Amino acid sequence: MSAREEVLARLRAARDVGGSTVPDVPRDYHRTGVHAPGSAAAVERLTETLTDYRATVHRVGDLDGVPAAIAAVLAGSSSVVAPPGLPGEWLGEVTATVRRDDPPLSVADLDRLDAVVTGAAVAIADTGTFVLDALAPDQGRRAISLVPDHHVCVIRAADVVSSVPEALARLAPDGPLTFVSGPSATSDIELDRVEGVHGPRRLDVVLIVPPRA
Amino acid sequence: MTTDLGMPTVASDPHGHLRGTEPFPVAAHRALADTQLRQNLGHATRTIRAKRAAVVGEVDDWEELRRAGECVKADVMARLPELLEQLEASVTARGGVVHWARDAEEANRIVVGLVRETGSDEVVKVKSMATQETGLNEALGAAGIAALETDLAELIVQLSDDKPSHFLVPAIHRNRSEIRDIFLREMPDVDPDLTDEPRRLAMAARAHLRRKFLSARVGISGVNFAVADTGTISVVESEGNGRMCLTLPDTLITVMGVEKVVPTWSDLEVFLQLLPRSSTGERMNPYTSSWSGVTPGDGPQTFHLVLLDNGRSNVLASPDGRQALHCIRCSACLNVCPVYERTGGHAYGSIYPGPIGAVLSPQLTGIDGPDDVNASLPYASSLCGACFDACPVRIDIPHLLVQQRAAAVEAHGRPTAQDLAMRAAAAAMASPGRFSLTERVVKLGRLLSRSGRIRSVPGPGAAAWFGARDMPEPPAETFREWWGRRERS
Repeated sequence: MSAREEVLARLRAARDVGGSTVPDVPRDYHRTGVHAPGSAAAVERLTETLTDYRATVHRVGDLDGVPAAIAAVLAGSSSVVAPPGLPGEWLGEVTATVRRDDPPLSVADLDRLDAVVTGAAVAIADTGTFVLDALAPDQGRRAISLVPDHHVCVIRAADVVSSVPEALARLAPDGPLTFVSGPSATSDIELDRVEGVHGPRRLDVVLIVPPRA
Repeated sequence: MTTDLGMPTVASDPHGHLRGTEPFPVAAHRALADTQLRQNLGHATRTIRAKRAAVVGEVDDWEELRRAGECVKADVMARLPELLEQLEASVTARGGVVHWARDAEEANRIVVGLVRETGSDEVVKVKSMATQETGLNEALGAAGIAALETDLAELIVQLSDDKPSHFLVPAIHRNRSEIRDIFLREMPDVDPDLTDEPRRLAMAARAHLRRKFLSARVGISGVNFAVADTGTISVVESEGNGRMCLTLPDTLITVMGVEKVVPTWSDLEVFLQLLPRSSTGERMNPYTSSWSGVTPGDGPQTFHLVLLDNGRSNVLASPDGRQALHCIRCSACLNVCPVYERTGGHAYGSIYPGPIGAVLSPQLTGIDGPDDVNASLPYASSLCGACFDACPVRIDIPHLLVQQRAAAVEAHGRPTAQDLAMRAAAAAMASPGRFSLTERVVKLGRLLSRSGRIRSVPGPGAAAWFGARDMPEPPAETFREWWGRRERS
């Protein structure tokens, strides 16, 4: 008997002895958040939760504000990597050398770069989280947002949801996804949180929030 | 290994990670005498309890989420073989290779073989309870392969040749100045002026591991959640060491206990809320990675998933006991347990400590006779129930503790002094006449009392009983005597 057959036979026998009644899963938790997706309140809460976990939030009123905001946070950087599909105009005012990850840069190359600029698939206001989808052209493969020490993430208000269930409903797990909540941190010393371990130690978020009519 | 093919089977434990060498009370006594340890644990568990309470308080549907989590896990247990076959098919369809391991040795053999195929003699590891359980690092070491733990707390444990004492923070028993001393002693290139400021310690770990991450060819991880219908594996972490190990190597080998499977992607909407708030007391942990098989152009181009039984089938066969397999390893029950807070994790012997460990370890290994040290674990509790209240998937740990105590008693081949005492008590309580006689005998206990308490009694087994207990002096008049007097007057 192969290991596969034997493990499955054991589990079937055990399951039948222990019981095979399938329960109904109660889904009466909130599946929609307290604030509507893209609402001012959702964006406000996201700003609070991001800031609480040591990300720095920069608000701009429209897409035209993005290049200056990115240039400002990258003022001290000499080199930056961008995923293949990041809008070129976003980097229009950056003084640092811009390297497109196309063809893909080596890990050693990435390690020599100061910063990375990406978009995001969705952001979660309740938790201060944004999600990177490696298959999205403006987010790129996982290594580029991991190796450089400074991550600049551009988030559109329309992509901000309140809750975790709303975010997962917008995501397809076809490719790799990375949920990011603040800069890298650890709670391993006396269970207190300190920021800055192996992932990017500096996290800037540029939030595009159109003024309300 | 068993010869009963296909029957639920207890765990193999080649490196003694599921069973200590001494009973809990012996180890606990020693731990209690370590004032530094008690101070470190008291500080850390107080910190995390306050953080957890604050972020759980923000969520007004917490109880609904707990019930959903409980039922998703119960559903998984009821359909475990089918869900695993589905997971295997999904992972395979997306370019992964699935392996099955009956026990710890088999899992280690599979992983050692896979690493050898790559020609690498070094692997980087993300913290994983499953590979601690199997003793994978020892097995890799014996094969000449260096396993580098990259989680900060795991690194501290590895550098100091210590044992983990907590799921989440295996070095919870160490404070900042002890950690600095370990780094100064064991890290070759460390700054000799390293202070014990946590931020500086984190920086030292970053510097120590950076080159290894960037050059690693093989990564090894565990699993928090594996989604059956999409083949998606999810790993939850804080530092970015997980992302490094999951992203940069050419080959990724992931070892999961079979119970980690969940039916659908949307089930994660429950667990990604329950786990971080219960575990580190954060709204969300800094990084959660998920991937499905192999993605051309991104991350490891070879992916192996090892599905591990190692005693889980034995636990699954128990209608109530299988709840122990619902555990998502958040460690909230450790942090609220008055026993864990005082003894720490090492006293439990197993790498699964605390309340959940006290019910999981003996079920994984089985209890083989009255002298099995794991038979002492279900008694490492006052049954106060704090663990159930804290558990994000509502595992009824107090009930399982009582059940495992019963299992421990059943394992007695011949009666112990306690068994005899309990039998005598049962006989005495079986008739009013015998009970009244017993009351008169017990009253003689007043002769042994000092300032209203009895602290020891002569007789077999009494020393063990009174070693940790005393009892109030029996009253001069029993209730029944008082009642009789009242009737007469």
